[in-house]
Amino acid sequence: MNIEPAGGQGGTGQGPVISTPESRMALQNIAAHQKSGLSGVVTLKTEELFAMARKSSLWPLTFGLACCAIEMISAYMPKHDFDRYGVVTWPSPRQSDVMIVAGTVVKKMAEPIKLLYEQMPAPKWVIAMGSCATCGGPYVRSYSVVMGVDQIIPVDVYVPGCPPRPEALQHGILELQRKIQDEPKLKRGL
Amino acid sequence: MATDTGLSANIVRDPVTEQAELSINMGPQHPATHGVFRMVLTLDGERVVDVYPHIGYLHRGSERLAEGENFQQITTLFDRLDYVANFNNEWVYVRAVEKAMGVEVPERADYIRLILSELNRIASHLLFYGTYGLDTGAMNPVMIGFRDRERIQQIFEGVTGARMMHNYFRIGGVKEDLPDGFVPAVRALLDQLKVGYEEARGTLTESEIFIERTAGIGAIPPEDLLDYGVTGPLLRAGGIDYDIRKADPYSVYEELDFRVPTGQTGDCYDRYMVRMLEIEQSISIVAQALDRLPDGPVMGRVPRILRPPEGDVYVHGENPRGDLGVYLVSSGGTVQPYRLKIRGPSFCNLMALPAMIRGSYLADATVILGSMDIVLGEVDR
Amino acid sequence: MTSGDRPEDSAPSSPIEERVREIAADNAQSVEYSFDELELRVSRESIVDVCAALKSDPDLDFNYLRCLSVVDWQDELEAVYHLASLSHPHKLVVKTRAPIDDPWIPTTIGVWKGADWHEREGHDLFGLEFRGHPDLSPLILYEGFEGFPGRKSYEIPEQVTFYGD
Ligand code: SF4
Repeated sequence: MNIEPAGGQGGTGQGPVISTPESRMALQNIAAHQKSGLSGVVTLKTEELFAMARKSSLWPLTFGLACCAIEMISAYMPKHDFDRYGVVTWPSPRQSDVMIVAGTVVKKMAEPIKLLYEQMPAPKWVIAMGSCATCGGPYVRSYSVVMGVDQIIPVDVYVPGCPPRPEALQHGILELQRKIQDEPKLKRGL
Repeated sequence: MATDTGLSANIVRDPVTEQAELSINMGPQHPATHGVFRMVLTLDGERVVDVYPHIGYLHRGSERLAEGENFQQITTLFDRLDYVANFNNEWVYVRAVEKAMGVEVPERADYIRLILSELNRIASHLLFYGTYGLDTGAMNPVMIGFRDRERIQQIFEGVTGARMMHNYFRIGGVKEDLPDGFVPAVRALLDQLKVGYEEARGTLTESEIFIERTAGIGAIPPEDLLDYGVTGPLLRAGGIDYDIRKADPYSVYEELDFRVPTGQTGDCYDRYMVRMLEIEQSISIVAQALDRLPDGPVMGRVPRILRPPEGDVYVHGENPRGDLGVYLVSSGGTVQPYRLKIRGPSFCNLMALPAMIRGSYLADATVILGSMDIVLGEVDR
Repeated sequence: MTSGDRPEDSAPSSPIEERVREIAADNAQSVEYSFDELELRVSRESIVDVCAALKSDPDLDFNYLRCLSVVDWQDELEAVYHLASLSHPHKLVVKTRAPIDDPWIPTTIGVWKGADWHEREGHDLFGLEFRGHPDLSPLILYEGFEGFPGRKSYEIPEQVTFYGD
């Protein structure tokens, strides 16, 4: 697919992780064109272009369950500032593409979580934040806690910690971006 | 209804009177419920006729878990109850075990606990200040609040190594002494907090929009507050100056000079104001405690294995949200408690929610809920 | 209580002890000290009357229910009421028991509204029925939860995990 960056709107995104050679080259081309002020033609596979767009504007569903939610909010706030990665929190599942499960998933909450996940439009990803969402964490012997959110919905990235620091969550987002960029390649079986 | 997650509505029309009642479900995933709280509101037009709160979406079974852990391990569970006031929680718990065992705490440890807990109270109120700003439609406060909170957390991290789950208080003292440079760092922090406090004046305290939005709503008579067991800033906003730090003093609070701010009407603005004035008081408490901070050991004489004698104790302390109580039953000679009941202040405060919301406008419901500053971790435990 | 050797308990005394004895009168099974707090035991049939009297008495004025806990003593369930007064610096613990095979205690929601959720929680976790409570639907647990997880006899089920596959 060809894209023609008009003037300064190359739309390169600010994706910090560019993993495939094709996309890296495409970005270099766009950057070169932007510099020279000329418009030009860049070739790129459709899936990779979409992947680039997707990973550069992840909208997580605001969904704080427990203690980890406080660190998640911290990550959006001044010092850590998630907006830099194009991550904007969104209160409704219908417009979001990432679900950050931040906190303990208890059995009473399992149904609503499943429902929320189903309400999100595809493509969608899930980050399990904290040991509770990963495996039950400190409540592993409790009678009312689900042993990790992966028991009920598929998880893409696990962020360990109790609670993980905001930096750790940011690393999780970067890993997710890398995964999204690699998805077309994985599908082709490379 | 049971499978609703966000906001949804349902109309029921009375076949006789033709009156329609709308019931609205809020939560458990709803940005204004501050966690996984759910309530079903019944509306008549714009007015809320009834509220039915649902809790338990974060019930982790802490009380039962505690029966299988030894006394020192349980501090970790208390960290995670009211997860924005971790030190205050730990403190009440270790005091309970200390009372049961008759352990003396060195003075320095007491002061360290007090300083950290009061800083945590400020951090918790700053979080309230930020989120309450969001609830009432202001974006600025949450940035200011979190900026200052982050500074406090940096101090905590320097002392305990963790930003939130400290596990720093031990039965009989604290884990280790303060790091070098703690006192000047906290003094500098207090100065920064004062600046932030002044900023708050401009953003919410004196903002006409905010006052319009919060004044005069959510108030219920003080007797009712008491009847429901409401404590903390909510009770004090209603004009009752019940603060455990004064009414049933513990630790070294008696030696320090501070006052208990109270409101007059008990409306949402008063609740906000009481918390802001408490920040001011806490800043002064910390400053005084820093001046008096004695030297000495930070850990008392405690047996290696803790086995409190048979009996039961109830210890409470003033948390940012109110009266946190711990009822500890020991069967004697065991390393685990026989029963541990936690009286979460938010749990009891929430009981008054229907009375506060009933009769107000729908748009005020979230403002009233926000003013209660609940933390679901200790509501559901 | 086995706490006689600690200094703070050497001479526990409470100005309200006499008054509490008067009010509880025949209903009192025992009045004793546990650490520094006065502890009153009554039968479950008289709990509401005693509580109401404790609250309405102007000298005691126990207008604040601090906590209501349920304790499982294997053969009996015990409800523990921690009371305080805001007008006087008084505290009191009231205890009452119910046999485990006939677990009910009358509700005190008419005395303090704040007993509401404590009682529902006790019903959820311990299966202790607070008779007369208007709404004992599950508060903390959910419909369909089996067993009473607060009780000692409740075995925490083996967690089912679905790893691998
Ligand atoms: S992982 Fe730790 S911090 Fe996060 S929700 Fe669980 S207990 Fe809380």
